[in-house]
Amino acid sequence: MLDALMKIFGKKEQSGKIARDRLKVVLIHDRANISPEVMENLKNDIIKVISNYMEINQQEMDISLADDDDSVALVANIPVSRMKHDKGSH
Amino acid sequence: MSEIYVITSGKGGVGKTTTTANLGVGLAMRGKKVVLVDTDTGLRNLDLLLGLENRIMYDLIDVTEKRVPYKKALVRHKKYDNLFLLPTSQVKDKMAVNPDQLIQLCDELRKEFDYILIDCPAGIEQGFKTAIAAADIALVVTMPEISAVRDADKIIGELGRADKENIKLIVNRIRPQMVENGDMLDMNDINDILSIDCIGQVPDDIKVVTSTNKGEPCITMEDSQAGQAYRNIVGRMCGENIPFMTFAKEGFWSRLKHVFGK
Repeated sequence: MLDALMKIFGKKEQSGKIARDRLKVVLIHDRANISPEVMENLKNDIIKVISNYMEINQQEMDISLADDDDSVALVANIPVSRMKHDKGSH
Repeated sequence: MSEIYVITSGKGGVGKTTTTANLGVGLAMRGKKVVLVDTDTGLRNLDLLLGLENRIMYDLIDVTEKRVPYKKALVRHKKYDNLFLLPTSQVKDKMAVNPDQLIQLCDELRKEFDYILIDCPAGIEQGFKTAIAAADIALVVTMPEISAVRDADKIIGELGRADKENIKLIVNRIRPQMVENGDMLDMNDINDILSIDCIGQVPDDIKVVTSTNKGEPCITMEDSQAGQAYRNIVGRMCGENIPFMTFAKEGFWSRLKHVFGK
């Protein structure tokens, strides 16, 4: 009943919800602000995993966090120089 | 077995010192032996909130620089004789104490007290790093307001980097009426955003102001809602399972009036 009344009277968006949505976005960006040291560790771990499957050009590779309006993405550009032989069972 | 708490927030003015004073008095009312350590050097206020500002002889810096033993600097509370304040200096700055000195002091305090509550300065600089160094548990005080929640998130990150994993949240100065109208974040929203367990929610209460005026924390006032909230937090600190308060809800007719009043 109250909801219906609110609809009739055109209640505007509640500010508590606006605060919640804004906070969620700003915290994604705040938390994505990781130190160069952590970024370097992440990069080394990624190299380790990928090297099990292929040879990569470590000088040319680039890993960064890309900020968008409402999200953050981990973007990796990793040139592959050679695929390793598949040692898995056939 | 004693426990060392640090009361911190990042943002200033959210109620760190008020919380420290109330929890200290609350624990003392339960018969615990408690010491409150003010580390907000240069901006000390815990003495005022406890009504002990005229009894200070020595301070934290006198102790850490070994001019006096800590027992000489302790100020005993007027009403609760198992509650003590270790005030800080009003003239020195936050660089006057380092983390090692505070850890060493707390090791000594552990032998005498059940609870050691450290009132942390605002900010994330050296004063904060010193204040959290010795703590077993961090109480992060925040308010239902975006800047306070964002700063709390930052503080939680800093605590994690300092390997302080035991963190509890206190949401202070909630205005139930505004929450009811959807115009204020509530405890669950903040809980969800920060992913930290809440140990209490404290309503905004004019008695906090009047009790601060008198130097008597509101936890002693039976008719204070904030006082009740603080008593609940003290119970939870002592291991009791106390359900969270529900604030008085607005009735249907006043809500209807509200809708038409817009």
